[in-house]
Amino acid sequence: MKRRVLSFLLAASMVASLAACGGTSEGSSTDAPAAEEQTQETSGDTAEATEPAGEEGKIINVYSWNEEFKNRLEFVYDQYDKTSEDGTITYLKDGTEIHWTINPNQNGVYQTKLDEALLKQADASADEKIDIFLSETDYVTKYTDADADVALPLTDIGINPDTDLADQYPFTKVVASDINGVQRGTTWQACPCLFVYRRDIAKDALGTDDPDKVHEMVKDWATMKETAGKLKDKGYTVMASYADTFRAYGNSISKPWVEAGSTEINVDQQIVNWINDSKEWLDAGYFDPKVKGQWNDDWYKTMGSKSKSFGFLLPAWGIDFVVKPNWDGKDGSWAATDGPQAFNWGGSFIHACTGTDNPQHIKDIMLAFTGNKENLMAVTKEFVEFGNTMSGMKEIAEDDSFGADFLGGENPYKYFTPAADKITMATLSSYDQGCVELIQSSFTDYFDGNVDFEKAKANFETAIKERYPEITAINWP
Amino acid sequence: MKGKKSISRAKWGYIFLIPFFLTYFIFSFIPLVDTIRNSFFEYYRSGLKIVGPNFVGLKNYAEVMGPDFLQYVGNTFILWIIGFIPQIVVALILAAWFTDARLKIHGLQFFKVVIYLPNLIMASAFAMLFFALFSNNGPINNILIDCGIIKDHIDFFGSVVGSRSIVGVMNFLMWFGNTSIMLMAAMMGVSQDVFEAAALDGCTPTQTFFRITLPLIRPILAYTLITSLIGGLQMFDVPQILTNGQGNPNRSVYSLIMWLNNFLRAPDYGRAGALSVYLFIISGILCFFVYKMMNDDDPDGSKKAAKKARKAGRRAA
Repeated sequence: MKRRVLSFLLAASMVASLAACGGTSEGSSTDAPAAEEQTQETSGDTAEATEPAGEEGKIINVYSWNEEFKNRLEFVYDQYDKTSEDGTITYLKDGTEIHWTINPNQNGVYQTKLDEALLKQADASADEKIDIFLSETDYVTKYTDADADVALPLTDIGINPDTDLADQYPFTKVVASDINGVQRGTTWQACPCLFVYRRDIAKDALGTDDPDKVHEMVKDWATMKETAGKLKDKGYTVMASYADTFRAYGNSISKPWVEAGSTEINVDQQIVNWINDSKEWLDAGYFDPKVKGQWNDDWYKTMGSKSKSFGFLLPAWGIDFVVKPNWDGKDGSWAATDGPQAFNWGGSFIHACTGTDNPQHIKDIMLAFTGNKENLMAVTKEFVEFGNTMSGMKEIAEDDSFGADFLGGENPYKYFTPAADKITMATLSSYDQGCVELIQSSFTDYFDGNVDFEKAKANFETAIKERYPEITAINWP
Repeated sequence: MKGKKSISRAKWGYIFLIPFFLTYFIFSFIPLVDTIRNSFFEYYRSGLKIVGPNFVGLKNYAEVMGPDFLQYVGNTFILWIIGFIPQIVVALILAAWFTDARLKIHGLQFFKVVIYLPNLIMASAFAMLFFALFSNNGPINNILIDCGIIKDHIDFFGSVVGSRSIVGVMNFLMWFGNTSIMLMAAMMGVSQDVFEAAALDGCTPTQTFFRITLPLIRPILAYTLITSLIGGLQMFDVPQILTNGQGNPNRSVYSLIMWLNNFLRAPDYGRAGALSVYLFIISGILCFFVYKMMNDDDPDGSKKAAKKARKAGRRAA
């Protein structure tokens, strides 16, 4: 008898818990419209923006490789309400949910996952379809390709790039356009690079930490090499590793790695220059031999207070996203100045995915993010970004009252803004990420003295053909 | 009574086997056939464009079977042997100690658990741990420098010997516990009478080990060797994580499955299929050896002995 009662109780509790589950899901689905009503009632001015959203899907799926976009959205977007505790879902004020799918960029993982999802896009249900995805400058052309047609032209969701985004840097618009000049993505940032250096090392080895004077000592590669010699005498290295100069050379190539329609990789003379200079500088002791490449623990440690590395060539996001979290000393120990070469590194593009059921929301987010000068300036100041607004950046550059605490009150935009004006980027291809990653890893062996130049070349050819099976030949200068 | 006896219950056996064969057919057999089929096609995805499938005959096989293939087979074999030799030696010693009735080791169960523990950690997590330990600014280098043993840091992952050894050491640490327990089982299967008799005859422990224990567990040893070799062929996660999928320096820790993984990431189904078929054939040959050993080399020589006995019996008749 006892046993029977017990089993009945167990069964009853199971049923109860099942019912409870059903109850909550029901509850949440009824909550959403209620919340919507509320926002429409309480905020009259936002009602206009949210009204057409009524017919749209309730879920916006976003593919990205880090939390950069999410953090900025939370900071700047006026429709942002709250984010769930585990960070996977963000709620907007009208009840729409943004679901984040984040995969790491390294080794092409993000692209693989995104590609798989894009291939399934046509068969996915409306709530599972990707609505927004992000891409980086290294592979933006792959997704803005007119034939692939995975990113919607901005005009299709009601954005006119010529008027709505007139204040953006022109090169950021060119980069996000397909071969016919149709813009299929937009970015909130431009990424001119500066030489970011340690003030204490500058004072010790070079006698000054003034950005203008330091610039004179790193104004071109030959001068920088002399300076590197001086630093070495004091026991410092000018930069952490050979990978730190790669983007300066690699983003100044004269033609793309792979030209449109071709299946041959062209290694540019600039890349060979980088290999030769890197070997020379490494052998001369201007780099830290312990650091292999970037984005690893050894590299991050060179940004600590015990490190002997003088500086890094980094864009604005690099100061906030890379140096700051790894710096363990006082604020104000770093400074920024013009480096030996103007170049652009990175940039995250927002794309509306073909097949989305939330075009209004995407338009709203894109405009708030990349076409709104006030927002862009707020993001710039909050995150030490470089906002994609020409007039806004000019204002910040001329604003003497603005200074970054991390850079000792220096206003880095004095240097960033002119550097951004010099950038042209017309040499992108869909193969850039693989080429950039593999040429660095293949030639690491050459720099370490494990293999000779020819063997490193052969290893690069093997690796790149594995990554991209359609590549037929590799042309060296 | 007779009628009841002839009722066959065999069909229940087959019915109970159905789930296995069904899952095997769906999840193993169909993919296997599909792999072989794909290996004859040019079929890959380049970014968002799909190329193929176009029938190309044996082209994929010819492409895969280049100098690279032999190099990666060599790499895989070297990585395996570096890990296997210490693994089998240590496992044999431990198993002999643990099963020796005269030693009476206390806390045997505790040690059995401890030596098995490294196997429970995920290989990738283990690789991350070793990557941090042996990195240029990592604890191993710092300890060695602080103790004054070396002056400058050792670039473990920058040298062929260093990175291969680390992979070997990791495989050894992960698998010696497993092998020890397997060998222990084999040794416990040997009758204690034999050991006692040997002891009475004045055998030293070394003699007992080499003349009695080893010959009697030979089939299990052979089994360990072959399964470990097949496992070694599939070496992937440790070198993949340690070298970020590149197998550097100079592609010297690039294993066959890392190659397969790179094909599949592209993804190039054709060449991945061809490589898989090669691996299938190699594994098949190794399995054949296991089968032979298990059947012909029984400790009491059952098959051969039986054959001989039958022959002798016939002759006598």
